[in-house]
Formats: sequence, C-alpha cells, structure tokens
Amino acid sequence: MHATVGGKEILKGVDLTIKDGEIHALMGTNGAGKSTLSNVIVGNPAYEVTEGSITFNGQDLLAMKTEERAHAGIFMSFQAPIEIPGVSMTNFMRAAVNARRQALGKEPLKSTDFLKIMREKRKLVEIDQKLMNRSVNEGFSGGERKRNEIFQMAMLEPTFCILDETDSGLDVDALRIVAEGFNKLRTEETSAMVITHYQRLLDYIKPDVVHVLIDGKIVKTGGPELALKIENEGFDWIKAELA
Amino acid sequence: MKSEQQYIELYNEAGALIKQKSCPVMNAVRDEAFRVFEAKGFPSKKVERYKYTDVDAAFAPNYGISLNPIEIKAPQPCKEGDARKQYVFSLKNAPIDLAPYYNNVADKADALTALNTALVHDGLLIYVPKNECPADPIQIDNWLQGTAATMMNRRVLVILEQGAQATIIINDHAADKQRFLTTQVVEVVCKDNSHLDMYEIEETTPLCSRFSNVYIREGRDCSVKHNSITLFNGQTRNLCDVYLTGENSEVTLNGCVITDKNQRVDNNTLIDHQVSNCNSNELYKYVVDGQSVGAFAGKILVEKDAQKTTSQETNSNLCASSDARMFTQPMLEIYADDVKCAHGSTVGVMDETALFYMRQRGIPEDEARTLLKNAFMGQVIDQIQLRPLRDKLYVKVEKRFRGELDKCEDCRLCK
Ligand SMILES: Nc1ncnc2c1ncn2[C@@H]1O[C@H](COP(=O)(O)OP(=O)(O)O)[C@@H](O)[C@H]1O
Ligand SMILES: [Mg+2]
Repeated sequence: MHATVGGKEILKGVDLTIKDGEIHALMGTNGAGKSTLSNVIVGNPAYEVTEGSITFNGQDLLAMKTEERAHAGIFMSFQAPIEIPGVSMTNFMRAAVNARRQALGKEPLKSTDFLKIMREKRKLVEIDQKLMNRSVNEGFSGGERKRNEIFQMAMLEPTFCILDETDSGLDVDALRIVAEGFNKLRTEETSAMVITHYQRLLDYIKPDVVHVLIDGKIVKTGGPELALKIENEGFDWIKAELA
Repeated sequence: MKSEQQYIELYNEAGALIKQKSCPVMNAVRDEAFRVFEAKGFPSKKVERYKYTDVDAAFAPNYGISLNPIEIKAPQPCKEGDARKQYVFSLKNAPIDLAPYYNNVADKADALTALNTALVHDGLLIYVPKNECPADPIQIDNWLQGTAATMMNRRVLVILEQGAQATIIINDHAADKQRFLTTQVVEVVCKDNSHLDMYEIEETTPLCSRFSNVYIREGRDCSVKHNSITLFNGQTRNLCDVYLTGENSEVTLNGCVITDKNQRVDNNTLIDHQVSNCNSNELYKYVVDGQSVGAFAGKILVEKDAQKTTSQETNSNLCASSDARMFTQPMLEIYADDVKCAHGSTVGVMDETALFYMRQRGIPEDEARTLLKNAFMGQVIDQIQLRPLRDKLYVKVEKRFRGELDKCEDCRLCK
C-alpha cells in the first residue's frame, strides 16, 4: 500500500497482515511514516492511498468512511490527542457510544446505564471524574490525554487497536496503569498495532511480531527479541544492512 | 421606479387614514418623519451603515399594509387577591405623556426609522414606574399572519423609571407561509439606576424580511443587557444603538446568529460612550452555512469626555460551508485618552482535526459538525441570565443545527 499526504509520498509499499488476537509492534525512525500508516488505516481524510488496499475482517476499508471503520471496531489512540473546546467529555462519549450502537442496530444506552459504564471504565485507567465534565482534552496534561485515549478505547470496545506512541509522556506509574488497562480490555480476538520507541511498553504489552518501518517501508520483521535489540542498538545496524 | 416611490405614494394616499387610527403623540412627528424619508429614500449600499444589505430590493415587492388596532387587556389575576399590575400598554392608551420620549431616542435621520415613524399607527409601551420590578419577564410574541404579502410596522417604547428593573422578551414568529416585511423601531429609555435584561428572538421563515432599529439610552448607574438571537429567518437587518449618557453605567450586547440556505443577517451596532466611567461589552457569534451571508459591523465610539471607559468587543464567526460568506467590521473610535478598549473579530472554518477525531470515535460527520457548531454557539447562550430561556435556547440552537427548526417550534399554527 502506498500513501501520500500533502502530495508527498510517505508510504512506499507497506505489506502487513495482522491476525486476530495478535499484537504487532511497529518501530522505526522519526518521520518514517508510522503515524501515517495509522491515519491511513483509520481513514484520516488528509491522507490519500494511491496504491494497494486495506482489508479488515474481509471488508474493503478504503471504501468505508472514517466513522464506519470505527463502527467496524477500529480504534486509534492518537499520538497527539485533539482538544475540542465546548464539547464535554461526557457528551462526546455519549455521542460516540450511541453512534456505534446505532450502527450495530442497538438501542441507545439509557442515561443511567451510560453513566455507570463511564464510571467503571474510568476506574480502569484511574482517570478523574472531574475531567469528564471538561471539554474534550481541554486543560488535560499530556499524561491525562493519553489515559483519556485508553479510557475512550475502553468505552468503545474495539477489536483492532492502534496505539500511536501512547507511552510517550507517561511516567512509570501512568505507563503501568495505561498498559495494564489495555491488557484488561483485550479479548481473544483483539488485535493491535503498537507504535513505540521503547521496550518498557512492550514489557507490559507483549508483541507477537515486531516490524521496523524506515522511509515508508517495512524493512525488517521479527519476534519480540527484535524490539530488545533495537532498544540496545538503535536502527543503524538495520540501515547498514539495507545499504 | 426606485422602491421608495411606492411608499411615498402610500403615505400620500393613506397618511390621513393612518393619522385617524393613531394618536396625537405619534401624529405630531409623523409628517416630519415622512419628509425625512421622502428626501433620503432607501439607503443605498454606499451608505456606510447599510453597505451589507440591499434595502431597496427588500422593499421592492408590493406589500399590503396592516393597520389593525392594538388592544391590550389589563392582566387578569391568576388567583383571588392577586392583583397583577399592568406594565404593557398600547401607545394610544399610555398612562403617561409620551411626548418627551417618543421618537426622541431614535435616530430621526435614519431613513428606515423615518419610514416606520411615518407609517406606524400604534405600538406598545412597556412602562415600569419608579423602583418597581415586574414579578415576571414581559414577553411579547409577534405573530406575522396574513393571506397576502404584508408589511408590518412595529413600534415599541420601553421606559424604565429610576430604580426600575425589567426583563423583556420579544419573539418574532411567522404563522403563515407568506411574504412578510417588518419594520421595527424600539426605543428604550433607562433612567438612573434602572436595569434591563432584554431578548429579541427571531424564528420566522425564509419569506420574511426584518428591518429592526433598536435605540437604547442609559442614564447613570444603569445596566442593560441586550441579546439578539436570529435562529431562523429570511433576510434580517438589525441595528442596535446604545447611548451611555450617565456615569457608571454598563451595557452588554450579545448576538447569536445561525444561518444557512440563502438566509442573510446583518447586525449593525453602535455603543456611544458619551460620559466617563462606563463599561461596554459586546459578543456576537455567527454560524453561517449553506450559501448564507452574515454581516456584523460594530462601532464603539468613545467621546472626548468619556475617560475611564472600558470596552470589549468581539465578533467570532464560523463559516461552516465554503459557499457561506461572512463580513465583519469591528470599529473603535476613541477621542478620550484614558480608556481601556479592545476589539477583535475572527472568521474560522470547521476544525478538520476535531472532526476527524470525533469521526474516528464513530461519531458520524453530520453529528460531529453539529457538535462543533453547538459548542461554538454555546459561549453566547451561556451568557443568557434568564435560566429557563437559556435552557430552552440550548435545545433550540441544537435543533436548529440539526435542521429541525425550519418551522417555529411552539407554533400551534405550524403543527
Ligand atoms: N499533514 C502533513 N503534511 C505534510 N507532510 C506530512 C503531514 N503529516 C506528516 N507528514 C510528513 O510525513 C512524514 C511521516 O510522518 P509520520 O507518519 O508522522 O512519521 P512517524 O510517525 O513515523 O514519526 C514526515 O516527513 C512528516 O513530516
Ligand atoms: Mg508518529
């Protein structure tokens, strides 16, 4: 799959299969195209796929709108979560949860049930109730934003999750809470693409497969040991192999 | 023929009848007002304050004029022993002499005010005596009704005596799918230490044209909040002038405008700080969608003697479609040296990153847009002091953005 943003080709032939229940770690140099790949999968309209296809559970993702992909069970934890002034977290979540329910042919949640679920899921990532009355991400610290991403994931119960540097900006305790929260949410069919620069996240969320993306291509794929080697040695040895 | 000709002819033909149906205080200024109109005609787009509205075109169609009498019954007691005071009268049956007030707050040189003064045969007086405060908000519901294209000329005079307080709501509805042209002149006299909270809410139809001129004069230690809300309309041109003539007074002008399709809304305001130590605050927000056109021009005038003036004017606008247009012109004119004034305006488009974020969470695009527009307008609705009205407007604004307010909501006739 090839993709461009702002007229510039960023992904130059990515070939990747993630099976049910698998965790794939995606590592790579800054600017390699990791976030681009994530955005393309979830359908950010700013990105254009110029060649190739993306299939999710047999469905042609590229033919689906962003929100339809979400309804199908795809979730992305944003590298830089967006602020939405004037829209409270509670209303935002209510709209999101009920939109998905509607797409699945379910009744909207009763208000009391919705608030009960909110309460339960908040506990999972230890996010404060007072943040729920604020506008989405407004005045949230970097760490709170990342927790908020996983909280939203908990509310929406996706089957395929992309974590785009969810660990960056988190202290050790917050990292543990967020990663353990993610693990609790996993079911047998949940698969994930975890983008990170650090082994410390992969200590909690153990990958089945590790990929290295450099300059818009997956240049190396291996097991968990590949992440450890990168942690110790960086990417230079891979670049040397390519040269 | 330019459009004014038919109104000149109308006055020449019907002037006598209008006078007969009217009262001395209104007739006393009528001919002079007509002469002003006759001399000026409708303002062209070259006239600074009218540059965003084609007045001539709006008045071109042939409208019948309504001369129905205004009858106001004294309020009935809700229960035994509950003597309700009357605060609303027809101008013809005013309990006080109106000559010192009528047409004395308004700008007599404004052609539309002059036309209204010439053609209006009766109007409403809201009179609150010294130190009184009506227990309930005073609500005026204007229902435009008619089986043919009709012109309505409305006149409202509000007098708050010293220390008086009032909350006034003026609603504009259209009961029939018919072309209506409204001219309105509202004059507000706030004597020292009086306090007014006023709302004008338009919820008409695309067939309606509204030309409203509101003039407010404040004495000392007064506070006035004027809230102008255009929820649904055809073409609207609102002028609101505030004269701060006594020290330690304040005025707040809030505006909320929502347009789409081919709707047009032009708000033109002036806050004239004539004396020192007054404060003014203005916030107008527009969401323009479809092929609609919004305009805002607001001038803060700080005269030579108006030292220690504080003033803040903001106009922020959201262009929700690429075909919608917004004109904005905040103006500060300052002749005093010791003042704190700020003004600013913004015209933004939908935040694409926020839309994407919401859609990634499964919120359909239309719904996401509605949430963003609603959030944008929420800031103005938050300012509304009258709690039940504020709650109602949150609902109405949201419905408006969902396209569920194409007809007036509480209108038994629309159902
Ligand atoms: N909206 C955009 N417009 C232009 N270039 C972009 C845009 N977004 C990302 N890029 C460029 O695409 C490349 C890949 O970015 P990204 O996918 O964010 O990398 P990574 O997540 O691997 O660090 C970078 O060179 C970046 O500058
Ligand atoms: Mg990135």
